[in-house]
Amino acid sequence: MPPLLLIVGAVAGLLGAAVIGLFGNRWAAAGPIVYVVAIVALLAAGGTALLQLLAPAVGGDPTLVLPIGLPSLAGDFQLETHFRLDRLSAFFLLILGLAVPAVSLFAIGYGHHGTEPARVLAFYPLFLAGMVLVLIADDAFAFLVAWEFMSLASWFLVLAGHRADETRRAAYVYLVMASAGTAALLLAFGLLAGVAGDYRFAAIRAGHLADLAAVLVVVLTLIGAGSKAGLVPLHVWLPLAHPAAPSPVSALMSGAMTKIALYAIIRVLFDLVGPVGWWVGVILLVVGAASAVMGVLYGLFQRDLKTLLAYSTVENIGIIAIGLGLAQLFRANGLAVLAALAMTAALFHCVSHAMLKSLLFCGAGAVLNATGSRDIERLGALIHRMPVTAVAMLIGAAGLSALPPLNGFVSEWLTFQAILAGAHLPQWSLKFGIAVIGALLALTAALAAALFVRAYGIVFLGRPRSAAAAEAVEALPTMRTALVLLAAACVLFGVLPFAVVEVITPVTDLLLGQSVPRQGIASFLWFVPLPDSASSYSGVVILVAIAVLASIVVLAVHRLASNRVRRAPAWDCGFPDPRPETQYSADSLSQPLRRVFGTALFQARERVDMPPPGDRRPARLEVQLRDLIWIWMYEPVAGGLGWFTERINGLQFLTIRRYLTFMFAALSFLLAIVAVTQ
Amino acid sequence: MGHLEFDIAHLLGTMVLVLSFGLLFQRRIFGVLRTFALQASLLAAAAAWQAYVQDAPHLYITAAIALVFKAIVIPVALHRIVIRLQIHRSVETVLGVGLTMIIGVGLVTLSILLVLPVTYESGAITRENLALALSVVLLGLLMMITRRNAVTQVVGFMSLENGLILAAVGVRGMPFVVEMSVAFSVMVAFIIFGVFFFHIRERFDTLDLHYLETFRGERE
Amino acid sequence: MNAAAMAPSFESAVLQLLHAVLVLAVAPALTGIVRLVKSRLTGKRGAPLWQPYRDLWRLLRKEAVVAESASWLFRVAPYMTFAAIWLGAALIPAFTADLLLGPSVDLIVLVALLGGARFFTALAGLDVGTSFGGIGSSRELMIASLAEPAMLMVIFTVSLLVGTTSLPHIAIALLGTSVGLRVSLGLGLVAIVMVAIAENARVPVDNPATHLELTMVHEAMILEYSGRHLALMEAAAMVKLLLYLSLIACIFAPFGMALPAAGVRALGIGLLAWLAKMVLGAVLLGLFETSIAKMRVFRVSEFLAAALLLGLLAVIFLYVSKGL
Repeated sequence: MPPLLLIVGAVAGLLGAAVIGLFGNRWAAAGPIVYVVAIVALLAAGGTALLQLLAPAVGGDPTLVLPIGLPSLAGDFQLETHFRLDRLSAFFLLILGLAVPAVSLFAIGYGHHGTEPARVLAFYPLFLAGMVLVLIADDAFAFLVAWEFMSLASWFLVLAGHRADETRRAAYVYLVMASAGTAALLLAFGLLAGVAGDYRFAAIRAGHLADLAAVLVVVLTLIGAGSKAGLVPLHVWLPLAHPAAPSPVSALMSGAMTKIALYAIIRVLFDLVGPVGWWVGVILLVVGAASAVMGVLYGLFQRDLKTLLAYSTVENIGIIAIGLGLAQLFRANGLAVLAALAMTAALFHCVSHAMLKSLLFCGAGAVLNATGSRDIERLGALIHRMPVTAVAMLIGAAGLSALPPLNGFVSEWLTFQAILAGAHLPQWSLKFGIAVIGALLALTAALAAALFVRAYGIVFLGRPRSAAAAEAVEALPTMRTALVLLAAACVLFGVLPFAVVEVITPVTDLLLGQSVPRQGIASFLWFVPLPDSASSYSGVVILVAIAVLASIVVLAVHRLASNRVRRAPAWDCGFPDPRPETQYSADSLSQPLRRVFGTALFQARERVDMPPPGDRRPARLEVQLRDLIWIWMYEPVAGGLGWFTERINGLQFLTIRRYLTFMFAALSFLLAIVAVTQ
Repeated sequence: MGHLEFDIAHLLGTMVLVLSFGLLFQRRIFGVLRTFALQASLLAAAAAWQAYVQDAPHLYITAAIALVFKAIVIPVALHRIVIRLQIHRSVETVLGVGLTMIIGVGLVTLSILLVLPVTYESGAITRENLALALSVVLLGLLMMITRRNAVTQVVGFMSLENGLILAAVGVRGMPFVVEMSVAFSVMVAFIIFGVFFFHIRERFDTLDLHYLETFRGERE
Repeated sequence: MNAAAMAPSFESAVLQLLHAVLVLAVAPALTGIVRLVKSRLTGKRGAPLWQPYRDLWRLLRKEAVVAESASWLFRVAPYMTFAAIWLGAALIPAFTADLLLGPSVDLIVLVALLGGARFFTALAGLDVGTSFGGIGSSRELMIASLAEPAMLMVIFTVSLLVGTTSLPHIAIALLGTSVGLRVSLGLGLVAIVMVAIAENARVPVDNPATHLELTMVHEAMILEYSGRHLALMEAAAMVKLLLYLSLIACIFAPFGMALPAAGVRALGIGLLAWLAKMVLGAVLLGLFETSIAKMRVFRVSEFLAAALLLGLLAVIFLYVSKGL
């Protein structure tokens, strides 16, 4: 069966599932049916994509033209919508095929749809369908319609918990940012299609774009798709909307939808717009570094588990953007092999992050299900009550902290190698700039580890801080299976990175004409991305070596020394306190980091109100952090818009004479223009 | 000229630059004075080494002036002024220590980006030396503008001079090096006498103890 | 790069095993030397330098008392930490560059291994749910957030100089070519020494001999451990000290190291040279710790920021001197 027909069939299946989901309020079996259809559809699509990447069909990429949509403006007024499965689309479809089935399996057991499950069940398949359609779209019309479809479906999903105030605010901000983003993308595609008006990607690729137009296209795409991906400073909707949605949906919004946005950036920048200057790479680098550092710093000071994970998404998207920026810099300077290395790093991180973030959000969903709370200051000691979830979340946290031998580390390692390769660039300012970016990336990696130690340690370790945490129950078997599958896949890809690189090399071949060199038989063990630099990494060796060394130590110590254990109350330096409030809270854990980084970037202030001796009221400690991006960028814009609209509102209340005056003035103006330009 | 000679010249120059950063890092006045004395002795060593390498004996006089006057006499004099006028011992900074050092690194990068294209045809060694010296000058200026205390501002000015002298001794055959050193030293001596005799404590900021206790994290 | 000579062979496997055993055997002696030097300089007689071995043996044979609120992570963390640090130390070329597992780990992976060990230790500090563990973990996270970037900047400097991040290749390259007194390497050396002091919990960043809440970082995280768990954590700290000394010697003072396919005599010379460098490093550390006071906790961040900026300067100067 032709691959694209299979994928379109999967989309049709998803649309059918959406119809079934409408009955979710009354029919209990609708939920599992919808999710099973989603699993099957995305597995089929992902499998097709994998086949297309590893064993491509002869005769070029599969294409499909459907007789629906707008009349083509290229003269013949036929209704047609174009679809194509080229290697870049196939790669991102594969990412969807990895993340979505696991998350859907998790969602089968996840019961927090509230009182109206149909709200989620009807729109979840539509969301997935939108994402798939964006990937296979081959003309601007299909792309934009699918993009809006995806945004609106996810907006409805965010509104599933619409009774809460902050959910409504989150949905409002999301709607505004998404609409602005789509408007920017509309303009970008309009410029790409040019005066001829041919919206097919094939025609855009063949056409030639003026320099100014190319600049505008790139900037507009970065604004439109960058906002959806979560690049600072257009990220503000992400930490509001992602946590507000139900957990499986948050997992897909963070794990999959952001990757679709990155796909849009890669498609426009590396495929459609043709060669652009290296300054584009600089923009991506700067924005990426800012997103990485600010994302992780924001996340360090959050109390809500899902908001923390959303900010971590911002950080990881920043890392991917750094990789893409480096790829563009190398490409513009003709260093194709190094560009392939940087692009490989970025694409590998797309895969790693999609899986790790899905794992973490699903785990957060399990925690929310079990305890009813997202506030980490109300949790604690869940490792005793939810052992399987705890292990899976540990792997997720370790993965995003870039610890070997997990997959998060491989992409971080590749990104560092690409930064080191920046020494080959001829421009001096770029050399220094990339050194600074390297320092910022290293800072981000260290702070990400701190973020996850804090998140994991406060939620799962210690003593329970509330009754809900003390009485939590382990997640349902389907949820646990999904978590374990995702965790196992993360370990597998970390230990055998060549499997992922095999899938990435066709994509870099397509976009850059070069790829990371074939590794040969030894690639099973050692991974050497640049043969003349001899830097290598072997996940298998590290895993095996640590296992062997740990086993030797355990055996030796237990045989030769002692293996007795006695349980006793905690030592606590001789002053044990049974109350769980005496242990460190999340805010205390981040206090040193708040002192070091927060005073400059967040205007962090601590105020102590100490009552005088004799006064019995409690002392108060107040910590204040301000979101400077929101205050300096969004509030003035919103304020200005408000002022402007207040003024314009006066137009509603004019007399008839004034309206006539307006019409007269407009008429005279247009006649004057015609007279002058004649 | 062998490779080793240039390496040692650069090592000494870089240590002078690192000590400029050290001046920005210090939080106590006596620490600032000690670091400055060390910087002046290293400058003397650099001048002496250049005298040996370039076979220019008049640079030995520059080295002697730097050693005696800047490494010994001025720090001791300033030490006594600080004690005599009871100037408080901790350095009040306008920006934080970390932020000041980040700006310092930016200035070093700026001076490198400036010097390298301009001196494209000269030898590599001269370019590095000029870049180092310009960095020391800019860092001295940064120290002057980010410190509220007159004594530390004077030290900043003298470290700026150190940079100029480093540039002068590094260039082969520069005339009037000794004369420049003497002139600068006389000017600094007069500034210090002015501070001492007219009890000019601070130029625009106060002696208010309140400033000492303002930690950024704890109070406004 | 001598790729052919780096191919795995029986000799490299034997040397790798020897390496692993050697680092384990020598590490407690180094800590003993540091403590002895500190005692003698402060006018005390001090314990003999093999006392750490006796301490470890005594602790290993005691039963482990585990808090009631501790989980499996608490009991597993010492083994994970020790294994990760032991692996890292065994992979740094000490007396020879010919190690079987050399190509599987480069400098960045080494830093990540140490980060992993720290991740588990910090989690173990939070596991029992006492405030001391929290203090240790929070301060450790702050220190690590600045020490790791500084270390990576030094790694950047070295790898930009040599062209690779693989340790055996770096050692061979720095042995072979006449690098001279490179300014960048000097700055990098100062930066890595500052990072090493912070990572090994030495004065002026942390006091390894204290149990005062005001001054604890590493000690606070392992406060609840006892018996064989405590022995493993202490041993891990000792091996970590050896790791950093060995790393500094390998990059900045590699003379005496045996090249691949060298004879037994060259290996012997390499071994003696390495032991001498380790002892010298331990003595210098003891001297340094005695001559300086511990910094306030929030001055540590400025100290490490200075190390980071020195590392960045080293990279900048390397570009300046190399790209001409």
